[in-house]
Amino acid sequence: LCFPCCTHSPYSQAFLTPSSSRVFVVRRDQDIYIHTLRKLFNESHGIFMGLQRSEEELAGKSRKAQLVQVSKNYRSVIRACMEDMHQAAALKLGPAFLQVSILSAMELIWNLCEILFVEAATAGPLLLRLLDWVRLHVCDVDSMVREVLSSESPSKHKLFWNVVDVFVLQGRMDEARHLLSKEASANPASMNMYKILDDLMKKMPVPSLGNTQTLTELELKWQHWHEECQRYLQDGTFASNPHMESICKILLGDEDAILEKKELMTTWYHFLVTRLLYSHPTVKPMELRFYAQSSMDLFLGGESSPEPLDLILMAAFEFEMHQVIKECSIVLSNWWFVAHLTDLLDHCKLLQSHNLYFGSNMREFLLLEYASGLFSHHSLWQLGVDYFDHCPQFGRVYLELHIERVPLSTEQKALKVLRICEQRQMHEQVRSICKIMAMKALRNNRLGSALSWSIRAKDAAFATLISDRFLKDYCEKGCFSDLDLIDNLGPSMLLSDRLTFLGKYREFHRLYGEKRFAEAARLLLTLMTAHIAPCSFWMTLLTDALPLLEQKEVIFSAEQTYELMRCLEDLTAGNPDKQKFQDDDVETTKVEMLRLALARNLARVIVKEGTVEGS
Amino acid sequence: MEDVSAKFVSQKISRTRWRPLPAAALQPPDVFATGSWDNEDNRISIWSAGDLGNAGLNGEYHGEPHLLCDIQHNGDVMDMQFLDQERIVVASSTGTVTIFRHHQNNQTLSADHRWAKAHYHVDQDTSCGGAACTGVVCNNPEIVTVGEDGRINLFRADQKDAVRTIDNADSSTLHAVTFLRTTEILTVNSIGQLKIWDLRQQRNEPSQIFSLAGDRVPLHCVDRHPNQQHIVATGGQDGMLSIWDIRQGTMPVSLLNAHEAEMWEVHFHPSDPDHLFTCSEDGSLWHWDTSTNVSEKPSFLHQGGRSTAYLSHSTMNQSVVSAWLSNDPTKDRMEITNLIPNQTLSVNSLDVLGPCLVYGTDAEAIYVNRQLFA
Repeated sequence: LCFPCCTHSPYSQAFLTPSSSRVFVVRRDQDIYIHTLRKLFNESHGIFMGLQRSEEELAGKSRKAQLVQVSKNYRSVIRACMEDMHQAAALKLGPAFLQVSILSAMELIWNLCEILFVEAATAGPLLLRLLDWVRLHVCDVDSMVREVLSSESPSKHKLFWNVVDVFVLQGRMDEARHLLSKEASANPASMNMYKILDDLMKKMPVPSLGNTQTLTELELKWQHWHEECQRYLQDGTFASNPHMESICKILLGDEDAILEKKELMTTWYHFLVTRLLYSHPTVKPMELRFYAQSSMDLFLGGESSPEPLDLILMAAFEFEMHQVIKECSIVLSNWWFVAHLTDLLDHCKLLQSHNLYFGSNMREFLLLEYASGLFSHHSLWQLGVDYFDHCPQFGRVYLELHIERVPLSTEQKALKVLRICEQRQMHEQVRSICKIMAMKALRNNRLGSALSWSIRAKDAAFATLISDRFLKDYCEKGCFSDLDLIDNLGPSMLLSDRLTFLGKYREFHRLYGEKRFAEAARLLLTLMTAHIAPCSFWMTLLTDALPLLEQKEVIFSAEQTYELMRCLEDLTAGNPDKQKFQDDDVETTKVEMLRLALARNLARVIVKEGTVEGS
Repeated sequence: MEDVSAKFVSQKISRTRWRPLPAAALQPPDVFATGSWDNEDNRISIWSAGDLGNAGLNGEYHGEPHLLCDIQHNGDVMDMQFLDQERIVVASSTGTVTIFRHHQNNQTLSADHRWAKAHYHVDQDTSCGGAACTGVVCNNPEIVTVGEDGRINLFRADQKDAVRTIDNADSSTLHAVTFLRTTEILTVNSIGQLKIWDLRQQRNEPSQIFSLAGDRVPLHCVDRHPNQQHIVATGGQDGMLSIWDIRQGTMPVSLLNAHEAEMWEVHFHPSDPDHLFTCSEDGSLWHWDTSTNVSEKPSFLHQGGRSTAYLSHSTMNQSVVSAWLSNDPTKDRMEITNLIPNQTLSVNSLDVLGPCLVYGTDAEAIYVNRQLFA
């Protein structure tokens, strides 16, 4: 039932086509790309999260009931996935056959683990659960059963007795009796025998789920019943009808009689449960291992060796949880099963004592592997995030490394990744993602987008870069691009000095446009004296001051003019060796014009201030 | 919540939209479209919401949505809107805008028309020069699209080229667009501005700009009140719901602290605008109810939203000023309900029509609630 891993490995394909020259797409985890399995991953993610968030304070029975429900939910998800695969197989979409059998095996194992570990059924209910388990999973006989039941006169069907045997082997007494009654009515000669057998079957004591009887009571009743059956058999009551006789032998737990019906049971674990039903109905969990081992040996009879599935089930019967997980990990090609099962068992507090030598415990190791596999998928990486969150030791580190490698194809995806990082205070990653997006935006000339990314990351350096870009554009073109952005910077202006300068500079232009010259002048001066303006821009600012200086009306006061002059001197004095600066005609003309304008303004303003008192 | 049917669909859903009902329809909507994202093979799918009480194809009682048809789509589905009963316009992350036609006789989808480079960046360093088209809105036959390139396009369904393009309409990314009037549109961008554009005018400037006070938080979605055109709702990156009155002021009338993460979509209920729905990255979907008399359930809505009947009932109780604009908390009770009991991953999209709600999540599932007001 379980297939070795190498069929899924990319390397096997290389061996199959040695001489062709192709490029192989190597995928880390092949299974996650199967379409129908995606539902499994998503639904189980929901269940996983629910389990992590569930209250740990619930103790005892209610907690156990909760955990059993979680286990049932997982199983129903597996079954739903199997159904989808069946349908897909019918429509011939994809490699479904293989997967259906693997899923079915997974559900079988999980169900057994639920009975033995999660629910930890005790002697009595244990048998009932195992019976349910067998009835649910051994379905090879279903079609035969259906065929007989739906025929006109079932008792005449050649497989009639097979079906009765199946019912008896699975402990389905009512159904067996129902079929037998048909035989009895068809064959009045055996009415006597039938009545006795029917009576025996009706009276058979079975464990009950409620607390209506203790184990000792059950054992007593069962002993009585067993002796009664024995008597009837030895009296030769059923001698004339070999079928009924064999049924009686089965009821007595005769191993040979049961083994005769090997084909109807199909598996050794069915044999095990039937044996237990008819010889040790009050079996205790810890006794299972002995019966399991002997059942397997008897059933396989040395003809065939146990398959991986058999070994896993055996490990479960022996209550070797770690062995179960280890075997499953080896056989299955995807970490999904072992990761979720181990997590559940850990919540049942069954795995606490075992620490692996490399530090983290088994649950965490498996979850990390599973989540890493998810991260290699283009879409399922989002599920992986939550799994890493619940790995206390290494989860965060893994997440930090993986999340940086998610390709950011659109802004929306980047926003989602960013939100994940912010919620977990991963500041490094936030900065790095915002920088990537801002650079992309900058290269595409989307200055507003770039600014919005740097605001998100509170990245002052980048904001400075963007502002420099704006200023460069202004110097080149003589006007501002993207006025809607600069005019509406709001408090984000304070993110970086350069950005503040940009905003204020634009405000200066606006004031000038609105002819509010005095305010504009004040602002201009503040920009220079408060050292908000970068040195490279001072020349431009001074040049902007020219029209203000040349106005008919005197705008700059004496103080302000002195300041301006000082700025100009600072600027020119700072470059005495720069030949270029002095040889450049335009620059020297500018400087001269400025000096002239400043001097003229100073003259006018001194006169003005001297003439009118306090104006 | 028993009326919510869920279906896991093996693809992350970025948009869900109900197919609009014909004008005189009495029954609730039953067909919706979904778009996926983040897949190597993205798809547009048309679903039937299933019949309540009837056994569907698989004998399901609660009418789980089942797939009618789907078609492959190049790039993530960024936005989607039905143009009419048969055609749906889809915006792609590759910058392409496509009209798909749903053939109802044989249940297939085909691409009717495509505008291949509706949105693009000029720089050749980027992958293919394409910029994601982030929003699309239709008013048959006009289609307006906006994108990450800050461009606004106006298309007509039957014309090959764009009727009008406003290049560099915005220096940041335009996240969503909606019609204000037949000739005016509203856009929101990633520096927190709401802009009105008058398409009749030839100049490439917005006629009005609104912005949030304080931090320029990016705005992701916008919707206009169906009856009172001056009321606009926007959702921001910090999960804040803002209600604006565009007749007055440049700042929002009210700011409601809603979600803990980006609000992806905001919708006024088209026939009962006292109800507003928002969905968010934090995995929740909120129903905002400002109908003043909360106890009286509007049962008229079951019959496909007979708004006249509802108005005659409600004018007795409601004042003329919409409850959305009133900021007196003592007078008007707003009831807010989170419609998702176990939230995990982001709810990317929702749509509401009549008594039906559909939403899609990053957990690869779609949910349909057909008795929203029961």
